[in-house]
Amino acid sequence: MNEVKVIEIKKSVFEDNNRDADALRRELKERGVYLLNLMSSPGSGKTTTLIRTINLLKDKIRIAVMEADIDSDVDAIKIKEATGIQSIQLHTGGMCHLDAEMTRQGLDNLALEGVDLAILENVGNLVCPAEFDTGAARNAMILSVPEGHDKPLKYPLMFSVCDLVIVNKIDVLPYFDFDMEKCVEYVHMRNPRASIIPICAKTGEGVEKVAEWLLKEVENWKK
Amino acid sequence: MHELGIVFYIIRDVKKAAQENGVQHVSAVVMNIGEVSTIIPDYLTDCWRWAADKESLLAGSELKINMIPAVTHCDACGKDYSTVEHGKTCPYCGSGQTWLLRGNEVEIKEIEVPN
Repeated sequence: MNEVKVIEIKKSVFEDNNRDADALRRELKERGVYLLNLMSSPGSGKTTTLIRTINLLKDKIRIAVMEADIDSDVDAIKIKEATGIQSIQLHTGGMCHLDAEMTRQGLDNLALEGVDLAILENVGNLVCPAEFDTGAARNAMILSVPEGHDKPLKYPLMFSVCDLVIVNKIDVLPYFDFDMEKCVEYVHMRNPRASIIPICAKTGEGVEKVAEWLLKEVENWKK
Repeated sequence: MHELGIVFYIIRDVKKAAQENGVQHVSAVVMNIGEVSTIIPDYLTDCWRWAADKESLLAGSELKINMIPAVTHCDACGKDYSTVEHGKTCPYCGSGQTWLLRGNEVEIKEIEVPN
């Protein structure tokens, strides 16, 4: 007799989350809410970019923001103060990413009625958030110039799941060995369909292109 | 931190499987981990020790890791090659029209329970 009994499971760790995410996406589509999952490294300028973009869009569509962090609520307060829109903080309880279930719980805490665009600012991290589908309509990420143009080579999964890559802090391009052409080439190696928009969130340069991209996305989602 | 998050998912799935099979204690969980799954096996087993020992179902249980070598297929010449060695460019014909055949698995293969 064997000392142990083996029970076969053969199940991907991501299977349940993928199912939850698909269900959430379908629901949001029916309600006409476009959810954007925004990811990046810590310090790439996510919150500043959001504030600029929201201020360009808030008279055209209704927007709500969920800020995910391991701790603190500084980002949610900053967004609310700078834009006046609905903004809540989600804590991940030490986890390095948000999954579909956590995203759903966050959405339950928003007044979603009449909201056209909900933005999830994911935890600053290029590894885990890419692996967990949040149920968002689209994924976007911000790559800042000081991080280097070779990030798409180092974090292939992140760049292959993103439909929009925002290259931030282009005002410091003269001080870094950042090759924009190489960057575009590397991003398209991972995802040939990805849109790439260079901006400077600090001065506002290029941010109108991000706003245009989002507006078009939201319109298409509601069709 | 990444591996700890994965461990929480494994625990959740194993708990569910144990409940469905009327299992009281699990002695080992066997994982299929792809070579390019971004999981570092040592970190995963360290996180497992910390988290699993907090669960009565899994206390003292071992996390066994079965590594799956990464293989990429080339659509241009039809050959397969080692992903880790050559990346996205086919070493036989130089084409970039390639896709990962296997190697990104993060899969619970089976659980072992005392007989």
